[in-house]
Amino acid sequence: MLKIIKNRMEQGCKTTRYPKEPISLYKRYRGLPEINRNCDPALIKRCAEACPQDAIDPVAIRIDLGRCTFCGQCEMQSEGKFITFTQNFEMATASREDLITDGTLPDLARHSKKHFKKLFGRSLQLRQVSAAGCNACEADTNVLNTPFFDLSRFGIDFVASPRHADGIHVTGPVSKNMRAALLTTFEAVPAPKVVIASGSCPISGGPFYGSDEVSGDLNSIIPVDLFIPGCPPHPLTTLHALLSYFK
Amino acid sequence: MDNLLQIKNGEKVSRADIPQLPFADFRQALLDIADQDGYIVQFFAYQAEQANRLLAVLRQGKTLYAAGCEVGDSYPSLTAANEKFHMFEREIAEQHGIRPENHPWLKMVRYHQNYQGKADVFANDYRQEIPGNYPYFQVAGEDIHEVAVGPVHAGIIEPGHFRFQCIGETVLHLEIQLGYQHRGVETMLPTVPRKRLPVICESIAGDTAIGHNLTSCQALEALGDLTVDQGAQVVRAIALELERIANHVGDLGALSGDVAFNPPAAYFGRLRGEFLNLLQVLCGNRFGKGLIRAGGVAFRMGEEQRRLILDKINETRPELEHVCDLLFSAHTVLARFDATGTVPRERARELGLVGYAGRASGLGYDARVTFPTGCYPDLPPNQNEMTNGDVNSRATVRREEIMHSLDLIETLVRRQGETEPVFLKDYQLAPSSFVVTINEGWRGEISHCLLTDDQGRLERYKVKDPSFHNWTGLAMSLRDEEISDFPLCNKSFNLSYCGFDL
Repeated sequence: MLKIIKNRMEQGCKTTRYPKEPISLYKRYRGLPEINRNCDPALIKRCAEACPQDAIDPVAIRIDLGRCTFCGQCEMQSEGKFITFTQNFEMATASREDLITDGTLPDLARHSKKHFKKLFGRSLQLRQVSAAGCNACEADTNVLNTPFFDLSRFGIDFVASPRHADGIHVTGPVSKNMRAALLTTFEAVPAPKVVIASGSCPISGGPFYGSDEVSGDLNSIIPVDLFIPGCPPHPLTTLHALLSYFK
Repeated sequence: MDNLLQIKNGEKVSRADIPQLPFADFRQALLDIADQDGYIVQFFAYQAEQANRLLAVLRQGKTLYAAGCEVGDSYPSLTAANEKFHMFEREIAEQHGIRPENHPWLKMVRYHQNYQGKADVFANDYRQEIPGNYPYFQVAGEDIHEVAVGPVHAGIIEPGHFRFQCIGETVLHLEIQLGYQHRGVETMLPTVPRKRLPVICESIAGDTAIGHNLTSCQALEALGDLTVDQGAQVVRAIALELERIANHVGDLGALSGDVAFNPPAAYFGRLRGEFLNLLQVLCGNRFGKGLIRAGGVAFRMGEEQRRLILDKINETRPELEHVCDLLFSAHTVLARFDATGTVPRERARELGLVGYAGRASGLGYDARVTFPTGCYPDLPPNQNEMTNGDVNSRATVRREEIMHSLDLIETLVRRQGETEPVFLKDYQLAPSSFVVTINEGWRGEISHCLLTDDQGRLERYKVKDPSFHNWTGLAMSLRDEEISDFPLCNKSFNLSYCGFDL
């Protein structure tokens, strides 16, 4: 008992004040990119060709955050002349198209479906489904339950049974072998229900795009309400998405 | 063993130098090594000149052996004589439609059509949902009942299916059937543009992004004749140890959560994040994705990053010591950890367990010591003291390895040595070559094996996650245990679903 108290005192209170107070991430973290549209087209083309995820459209000068894994190669290759990644982690969108961006994103809070805010604003229960995720998205979602983020204080919880859930939070590119289990879980959630795609995998296939063994597009299987980009999304990206979209 | 080729970790070998033995000699040589305290690092099939070929890499002591042979569509199974080949032969059957005759446990591994479109060994029609023709082991009798769990589990966790055959509360047998996470990694790797390789390898298992991508990059460096400067070696080793600490700390937290001791669960959960954040300090990603690239690392470790790492270690070391003491000195915790889920040493040896699961059962193998690369040859090894093979031993090994890795990082961070960041290195792979790379990831031995064709293109890319060895260990740990102890046993192993399913 004394040991518990001693440890408790040593640990102190570590919970972040976000979103009441801003939080800054280390400068190497790569969030929302800034795109220089006046960059030399030849350099843009070279960056687009070298992008492992083929996420850059050199003609429209846009980057698809749904494909991007935020590896930072284009920033290094262009020495910041074409793309620089900011530390802005607020990147989720309510539509797939909005993720194909020139560096600006619509305000998520204003684009969320109003009835979701009314229904789930005070209490949101989610069932997480890993559909061939690499466990990075899963791990950084799980982290929201640790004292630093303390998701429950916002009335948001991850629950065991889909019957208790208001929606599903899907990670992974949806392998052939998980498709049926994903659909069964989705069907078991009572309507009205939300679908959240977390990470580049369910949005675009992520690192596994083009594989015959995965779908790579959750939205084509069940309509997605909320898209959270990243590989994996930073826990704060997910937190911001849930709070803006539902609160 | 004279007819086998001795090779080195991460050394390019000409394919012509791999001895191609008659099958009977090949089988006997492999069994001889496996029977004399040898273990399988790689055992897989590939196609060459219209024929099925097998390739094996075995380790015995500090020596690595390689050998190959040609087989038809079936051969007498090695598993029938030695259990260590069990999962490898099932995988060969699934990937290439080659039947190991008299295999005692021949079932699908990941549920996919074989690569050549040949007749399926398991007579599966892959338009049907997983698991197809999968004969679960069943126990019959009046008091026997079966518990089926998954693929979707109660928590934020990857999918898999578990079948418990129980008598009352006691588990007679646990069968673990996986495959849900299969993404086709091995078929993708040789066919995609080379720029995609590191991104895919970082996602073989996201919690082992550093381990798998390091193992991949070392193989590409060997075949592409790239050298890695000392500064990059230091960053790579620090990243591998940070990954180890983060995962071990997280698992100790999960273990305390599973015995309903919440304070350490909360503290470890938060502390794990501190180490993920150090990976973010190194490369901007909490899992180290984007850090390692063929030829070096993509980010410099400057004075600022060194100081941040050292400061954080100084801050968290006493906290970790105190929370570990809180967990391991609570008698209610020990009552649950001690003598639960025991895999005795002899059983672990028969199965060929690796990593902390093996070390907790007294198999001391640590690839950082036996086949060291980069900075590891001159770093001190860890000695684990508790080898009872139970949950307590597996948890204690983690505790010791956390402290050991903190020491390693402190030593490494103080090593000077600049590195030139690499991200788009141009290189050609040597033609008709073969390389095997091995690293001690946080779960244990990771190995990648690459074969190139006469044009220097990747012909076969074989990935092995330590979980491939250890899932059977988890199944065995449940024998005659209470079913309520499953979460505890499971977390003490914490195996990768996607690393296994590929």
